[in-house]
Amino acid sequence: MQAVKMPAGYRRAARSIPRAVGHEVRSLFVRLPLHATIVLLMAVWSIPTIALLVSSFRDPIAIAANGWWNAVTSPFEFTLQNYQRVLEQRGMGRAFTNSLIISAPVTVLVIMVAAFAAYAFAWMRFPGRNILFLVMVALLVVPLQMTLIPVLRLYTNITITTQVPLIGGNLFGVSSFPGIWVAHTAYGLPFAIFLLRNFFGSLPRDLIESAYLDGASDVGVFFRIIIPLSVPAIAALAIFQFLWVWNDLLVALILLGRADLAPMTLTITNLVSSFGSQYQLLTAAAFISMALPLVIFFALQRYFVQGILAGAVKG
Amino acid sequence: MIGRRWWAPWLWLAPAIVLLGTYLVYPSIDTFRRSLLDARSQDFVGFDNYDFIIRNPLPFVADTHSALLNNFLWLVLFTALTVSLGLVIAVLTSRVRYETAAKAAIFIPMAISFVAAAVIWRFMYEFNANIGTVNALITRLGGDATAWLQNTNAPYYWLIQEGPRTLPGPIQLNNFALITVGVWMWTGFAMVVLSAGLKGISTEVLEAARVDGANEWQIFWRVIVPILSPTIAVVATTLVINALKLFDLIWVMTGGRFQTDVVATLFFKEAFVVRNFGVGAALAVVLLLLVVPVMLISIRRFQFQEEIR
Repeated sequence: MQAVKMPAGYRRAARSIPRAVGHEVRSLFVRLPLHATIVLLMAVWSIPTIALLVSSFRDPIAIAANGWWNAVTSPFEFTLQNYQRVLEQRGMGRAFTNSLIISAPVTVLVIMVAAFAAYAFAWMRFPGRNILFLVMVALLVVPLQMTLIPVLRLYTNITITTQVPLIGGNLFGVSSFPGIWVAHTAYGLPFAIFLLRNFFGSLPRDLIESAYLDGASDVGVFFRIIIPLSVPAIAALAIFQFLWVWNDLLVALILLGRADLAPMTLTITNLVSSFGSQYQLLTAAAFISMALPLVIFFALQRYFVQGILAGAVKG
Repeated sequence: MIGRRWWAPWLWLAPAIVLLGTYLVYPSIDTFRRSLLDARSQDFVGFDNYDFIIRNPLPFVADTHSALLNNFLWLVLFTALTVSLGLVIAVLTSRVRYETAAKAAIFIPMAISFVAAAVIWRFMYEFNANIGTVNALITRLGGDATAWLQNTNAPYYWLIQEGPRTLPGPIQLNNFALITVGVWMWTGFAMVVLSAGLKGISTEVLEAARVDGANEWQIFWRVIVPILSPTIAVVATTLVINALKLFDLIWVMTGGRFQTDVVATLFFKEAFVVRNFGVGAALAVVLLLLVVPVMLISIRRFQFQEEIR
């Protein structure tokens, strides 16, 4: 995809050179189907989420009586009742905390472990380097299902039932936060190593070699040169990894059975099976779980997109 | 670099190797072993578990054929629709000033979980036309409301209500409804990656084609699509892997009922609900075998990238 890059302004100017008088008006007319198509697509993609958001603020009786679109036309009657109910009675408050307790440490752990490994892959010579890295790339697509039965069996055998103060749960094994931290960290590693190794490898060779010649150690080069220069890649990875764990259902379903430890994805899944058509609960619960990803999306869109672009290889 | 101890790289790699070994490499080998053992992982049964998947002796308990066919339908339809919609939207939005806003609207579903998406679409598909948006729209247009997630009729039967009611295999209305949700979530991904590729195409190439008298249709098919084909391949590979591993969406929306099971949901039921580790492990191995060709392609691509670096 190597191509001559022209400045955006020039490109736009080149496209809009008027060819005849009245071009602007005619172009608007000709381009009307284009605008209509795009606006229609935007609507189709946004309406499901808007429907959920609007309904989550409606009275339960109103939700059951008529469609969410009526809320926009008839007198505005919105309530926070649904949110209050799911947070207090249906455990969504605790589930939100659990999701944070699970996702935040995993993000830090993945970045640390992956950065060490990626540094070795990018800047050190050792026998078996290429083969080891290919194994890593292969692990990118191994389905988690391949690992879940043995990991659960292993965890059941080594569970330490000592209760952890403050955050709750066992010390390790099944129904424990440390247990799921380590599991998620391992599952996140292949992609994280792949992404960081490619980024570290693209840093200027001269800079790093001159640091070695000046007598810098590996630790020095890693913390003083590699990490500061890689902040954008690490930010993209952090967002990607955080959302991946935040949105995970499968691993939590198997390793965190207990309701008081369940993250939001699991709590919502249970709500769906017990209260399948009580949309006052489901819409509010779903929106609570979406709030943080949406904030991250809008605030850090650039890094988010970079993570997605770099993650095109991940399954 | 000079005088570095031989074990230094291994020290840097140690945490990653230990974790990957314990949680990915060893369990994968163990799962393969268990796929040759009985339900409780005790006695050797050879390929009986695979035989179970191929012969499908208990279609009302664990319909392995339906799960495999559903995965195949997902693989083809989900990938084709997502890639083509993503490409079309990337090209269309590149021609308007509000490109960023338009792309954000399409891209937002990528940030949320499959679970949240499942709730959103259960609400959209609700049978009661006074609640569900899709049925409300259809009844206003004069059609009949339908239970999107339960209806196993052939889609065309629902559309024109003529001919045979059902078609063999996975061609069921509810599968199409589920695939729609997958497409809704992942089109943003395809669009973003393809749009980045599109930005890399030199305007001179496009202008040259226009000067030579090519219309927009020809430019799309003869210039844009061929230039983007490597990127399209990358996107398609990712989507294929996702289609094969698909679990959350089906689990929350239908629980695999009404013949919507895929291999991953059937795996979960067998391994953790029925607790038949043998068949469960065999299903996991089948999933891996389906992914391997895609994995080989991505390794080849990686080696190619290394060569041109």
